[in-house]
Amino acid sequence: MTQALAAQPVRTKRRSASAIDRRRQRWGWLFVAPFAVVFLTFLIAPLGYAFWLSLQTKTLAFGTQFTWFQNYAKAFSDPQFLEGVGRVLLFAVVLIPIQMLVSLAAALVLDTLTTKLARFSRLMIFVPYAIPVVIGALMWGFLYSPRFGPAQSLFEVFGLDAPLFLDPSNVFGSLVNVVTWQWAGYYMIIIYAALRGIDPEIYEAARIDGASGWQTALRIKVPMISSALVLILVFALIGTMQFFTEPQILRSIAAGSIDAAYTPNIYAYTLAFSYSQYNYASAISFALGLVVFIASYIFLFLTRKRSGLG
Amino acid sequence: MTTLLERGATAATTPRRQAAKRTGGRRVGSHLFLIALVLYFVLPLWFLIVGSTKDTAGLFSGAAGPLFFDDEFHLFDNIAQLFTQDGGIYWRWLGNSFLYALSGGVGATVLAVLAGYGFAKYRFRGRDASFALLLGSVMVPVTALVIPTFVLLSNFGLLNTIWAVILPSLLSPFGVYLMRVYASEAVADEILDAARVDGAGELRTFFTVALPLLKPAIVTVLLLSIVGTWNNYFLPLAVLSNTQLLPVTVGLGNWQASSTAGAAGEQVWNLVVTGSLVSIVPLILSFLFLQRYWQGGLSLGSLK
Repeated sequence: MTQALAAQPVRTKRRSASAIDRRRQRWGWLFVAPFAVVFLTFLIAPLGYAFWLSLQTKTLAFGTQFTWFQNYAKAFSDPQFLEGVGRVLLFAVVLIPIQMLVSLAAALVLDTLTTKLARFSRLMIFVPYAIPVVIGALMWGFLYSPRFGPAQSLFEVFGLDAPLFLDPSNVFGSLVNVVTWQWAGYYMIIIYAALRGIDPEIYEAARIDGASGWQTALRIKVPMISSALVLILVFALIGTMQFFTEPQILRSIAAGSIDAAYTPNIYAYTLAFSYSQYNYASAISFALGLVVFIASYIFLFLTRKRSGLG
Repeated sequence: MTTLLERGATAATTPRRQAAKRTGGRRVGSHLFLIALVLYFVLPLWFLIVGSTKDTAGLFSGAAGPLFFDDEFHLFDNIAQLFTQDGGIYWRWLGNSFLYALSGGVGATVLAVLAGYGFAKYRFRGRDASFALLLGSVMVPVTALVIPTFVLLSNFGLLNTIWAVILPSLLSPFGVYLMRVYASEAVADEILDAARVDGAGELRTFFTVALPLLKPAIVTVLLLSIVGTWNNYFLPLAVLSNTQLLPVTVGLGNWQASSTAGAAGEQVWNLVVTGSLVSIVPLILSFLFLQRYWQGGLSLGSLK
């Protein structure tokens, strides 16, 4: 973070620290103040409060007691929580590469075409971003449903039985599909925008050197947009670890496959709102937040060299 | 972090390159690939459009199958039923979604513009430390905040009010970040100084000189925050239990859950399908019509 701040554009002209100037700089605080109030109220305070709650335990016999890190010890030895963390990590490992591959391939193809069909496709691939995650999950829930989904009739053409998408063994893949569908278009647009930012003279040079389309794509375009890719990856990572809405929606039609601790967030939600265990639920949320925070920083650190930054 | 984002931003603000002659022999293959992608991405939407013309029986056992229209056409019946079911609560939900998305989105944008400008153009004490804190907070998982926010709101007696959704939606650290990056590039110190020399106060300088220059970034931040609030599910699910206050996302989720639970009177699958379709129309239309803005805008941030 310090490094990042140092990278801020350096002012060449340092203004003289006259009294007027100093008084003017106070305006900075006035501009920032409204946001600062919201930031403190709805980010810092809840975070602090969650931490404070997580250090307490409420029991019928003793009331609320300060138990320090007992809830965390409990969380990190709670098989339901650990299984959930393992599952979202697995989601990250499977889902993110698929998502990146789809969006990168789409963006690279779109970048080479200027036809009407290409423009139309760009919009259509982006459309899921305009659809709320809940609705997306609902729609896929319908499509997966053996009762009114189209899968059975599609597979019958080939004389096969449709897979049961919401079975315990398949629901993981089904969720991967929903999330890919929901976000790939958004990532595609960002990658596409980054690609449009590359100076085309570089391609000219590559062409003269006899590089093929594939070589240009993989050796020039991809490395040049690596910083955009790294950032999308980080945000995908954060999003995936917080997996909540899609499994929560599909739960109601696939209760046997998605249990109340399927992801850490669903677990925390259930603990808080079904069992009123706010203390333990806060510890779970906080522990998850910590895992996400550390994971994304490790990821940023590891990719810093590769993307030629830092 | 800043470096990364800034590179993305500068890369994108360079003038759009001319449509250079693009070479590539696999045009047909590329187009086929695109068509396959479009089919995949549009499939659920197509199902929704077809499904909204069917009644519940038709959804389960339509003669033409789930992906094609039946002989019967129930779209208008379904829409009419949206008006009567539970006293037309669906439209209430849709209205709530508009209210939350607009007030949360506009509010978050106003705060982000002010703060971004303040961070970019003033060197007050504690600026760098506060901004570092803000950058770190971009990484805080939003859902980790839902449970403590719920408890806090309940302490203030704000649960089950519209403020429980609107107030937390005002928080957009990423919006502030975007505005700062954009403002430090788009608003030159010299212009501000010139305005000051002409006798304009700080506020007047901001409104008459800086604000017009920030327009593209404002549109982007506004769009991102409106979509974010419109999409929100976890927060309203947690803080609202009065069905009159739900946004359409949570309401439809409830209808789907009660339809699955299976009490005969609660089987409103046709309404879930039609309601979903109706609820996504406004956002899809605004994305189509505002193409010029968001396509430029998203590249500006390089990410959300």
